Amino acid sequence: MNLIVLPVILPLLFAVIMLFAWKYISLQRILNLVGSLILLIVSVLLFTTVLSDGVQSLHLGNWKAPFGIVFAADILSSVMVLISSIIAFTTALYSFSTIDNERESFGYYPLLNTLIMGINGAFLTGDVFNLYVWFEVMLISSFVLLVLGGTRNQLEGGIKYFTLNLISSAFFLAAVGLLYGLTGTLNMADLSEKIKLAGDNGLITVISIFFLISFGIKSAVFPLYFWLPSSYHTPPSPVSAIFAGLLTKVGVYSLIRMFTLVFTVNSEFLTNIILIVAVFTMVTGVFGAASQNEIRKILSFHIISQIGYMIMGLGLYSVLGIAGAVFYLIHHIIVKTNLFFIGGLIQKLQGTYELKKLGGLYKVYPIIGLLFLIPALSLAGIPPLSGFWAKFLIVKAGLELQEILVVVISLFVSLLTLFSMTKIWNEVFWKPAPKDNPEISFKHFTLSKKIMIFSPIVFLAILTVIIGFSVEEVFQIANQSANELLNPINYINKVLGRF
Amino acid sequence: MRSSLILCTATRFLLPIILMFSFFILLRGHNEPGGGFIGGLVAASAFALYAISHGVTYAQQLLKVNPINLIASGLIIALSSGLFAVFNGSNFMQGYWSEFKFPVIGKIGTPLIFDIGVYFLVLGIALLIIFSLAEEEEEIQ
Repeated sequence: MNLIVLPVILPLLFAVIMLFAWKYISLQRILNLVGSLILLIVSVLLFTTVLSDGVQSLHLGNWKAPFGIVFAADILSSVMVLISSIIAFTTALYSFSTIDNERESFGYYPLLNTLIMGINGAFLTGDVFNLYVWFEVMLISSFVLLVLGGTRNQLEGGIKYFTLNLISSAFFLAAVGLLYGLTGTLNMADLSEKIKLAGDNGLITVISIFFLISFGIKSAVFPLYFWLPSSYHTPPSPVSAIFAGLLTKVGVYSLIRMFTLVFTVNSEFLTNIILIVAVFTMVTGVFGAASQNEIRKILSFHIISQIGYMIMGLGLYSVLGIAGAVFYLIHHIIVKTNLFFIGGLIQKLQGTYELKKLGGLYKVYPIIGLLFLIPALSLAGIPPLSGFWAKFLIVKAGLELQEILVVVISLFVSLLTLFSMTKIWNEVFWKPAPKDNPEISFKHFTLSKKIMIFSPIVFLAILTVIIGFSVEEVFQIANQSANELLNPINYINKVLGRF
Repeated sequence: MRSSLILCTATRFLLPIILMFSFFILLRGHNEPGGGFIGGLVAASAFALYAISHGVTYAQQLLKVNPINLIASGLIIALSSGLFAVFNGSNFMQGYWSEFKFPVIGKIGTPLIFDIGVYFLVLGIALLIIFSLAEEEEEIQ
């Protein structure tokens, strides 16, 4: 099944071709679009194969597991790859009219591709050390993308982002070393069996906490999220959109993967910690958002509070809870990326992200207001949009397990999310335009640029609505995936090559 | 930029020797210490020496290709060594070896192709860094 490595090889191949075309920027743009389109097709193929034939795996170089590196795709992995390809494709479209020439000529497009390569690699690998490598590929590309252009703000945000992620990588590496010392293997499927043999060992708890800290920093959970709101509003809009959509979710994915497949021994202790972290993440994130007055900062804080919901689904540790977390991941990536796209569009129109200086957009372009409302209301959890179902599943899972306090807090946070979204709506669309910034126009935009900037937004909005209305199908997939995650025997057998 | 006559003359003789040595290191790899990474660094040091003695612009002229193209070719060579197996109907990155034993080098296989890719990649990146730093230096002077 060489299909599994294609989502990793393709972006690399296109990045290399773009390097050959270093001086020809318009060629790079088209290559980026074509590459991401092919990637999308490949991910759909992979997804349908996994759905129909079950877990797929590939032993790279034909070295048998657990000695060689294994790529494995179960439903969760293939769904994540599919969504990341959708985001890559929409970002490719969106970049046409929002990224400036200077950044393009310093390797914006190749970097975008290596970023996607790292993300897809992290989703597909079945080896803990390999996961570390993909994280580094992703981080190095994102460091450069974040500071590309070199404005003062970007460098400041870049330093914070870089430092905290370096600490996270150090924890990750230490945990990997300890894990290898304890069990003698780093293959996830093999670990899942070997770690049970180690018994009730205190060291396992330490290692799992190390992983929790490391992935916690990367997915921006409660005490470790400070890098996110101080860096995500600095780069140009397509970059912050793809970061907001995908990067933290790779952390969440790794948390789900590690804590369902590997660390299940002392789950009582772990799930309590995860639940507490989840609650604080939700609450602090949403309060942070309420105190901000800049579109992208508000949205950045909302990423944090939404991560709380996903972690809560994991912390509940039931089939429904994890299904909810998976559903939430699918919904959140699409909606959040779209909101950042719209934020970028607003900035293009009025030249700023500050709520105080914006206004009156509804009068001139009501259609943008509608396009904003779909993801915004979905984020806040208004039925029948996708966010409602995502929250509904997690709340239901919480009620089943009698975690009343957690459920009440999550509903309260949801209410505050709605408050933040209405705040943006009121300030940007509803209130009259401020006198010193009355100009709202598309005058810098040719027709093709207009199409390029609107099509990804419309596409993602339609996707949000579709998820909302075909909730049965999406839930089936999430539920199947949760069952797979909690009973990973098929995954383990497939990866280790036993039948 | 002026530099000593001794360095200039010595570089002219050293350059081919260092390049040959880097190639030797590249081929020596896999079974013995050596390989693409060190080989690429040694080759880059040859061009760096030339840049120090003759100036960056001359070194770039000597190299003839843009370091970015070196990086890209290195990557594509390394990638092709893995794709070779895919087109052969096997798992990605599977190694293949020639039956025939070449004199001096021994058996040739896809790992060598990968190493050659690494060689060009490292050469390209090292030179890109060295050239851009040295260019900045010259601009200041």
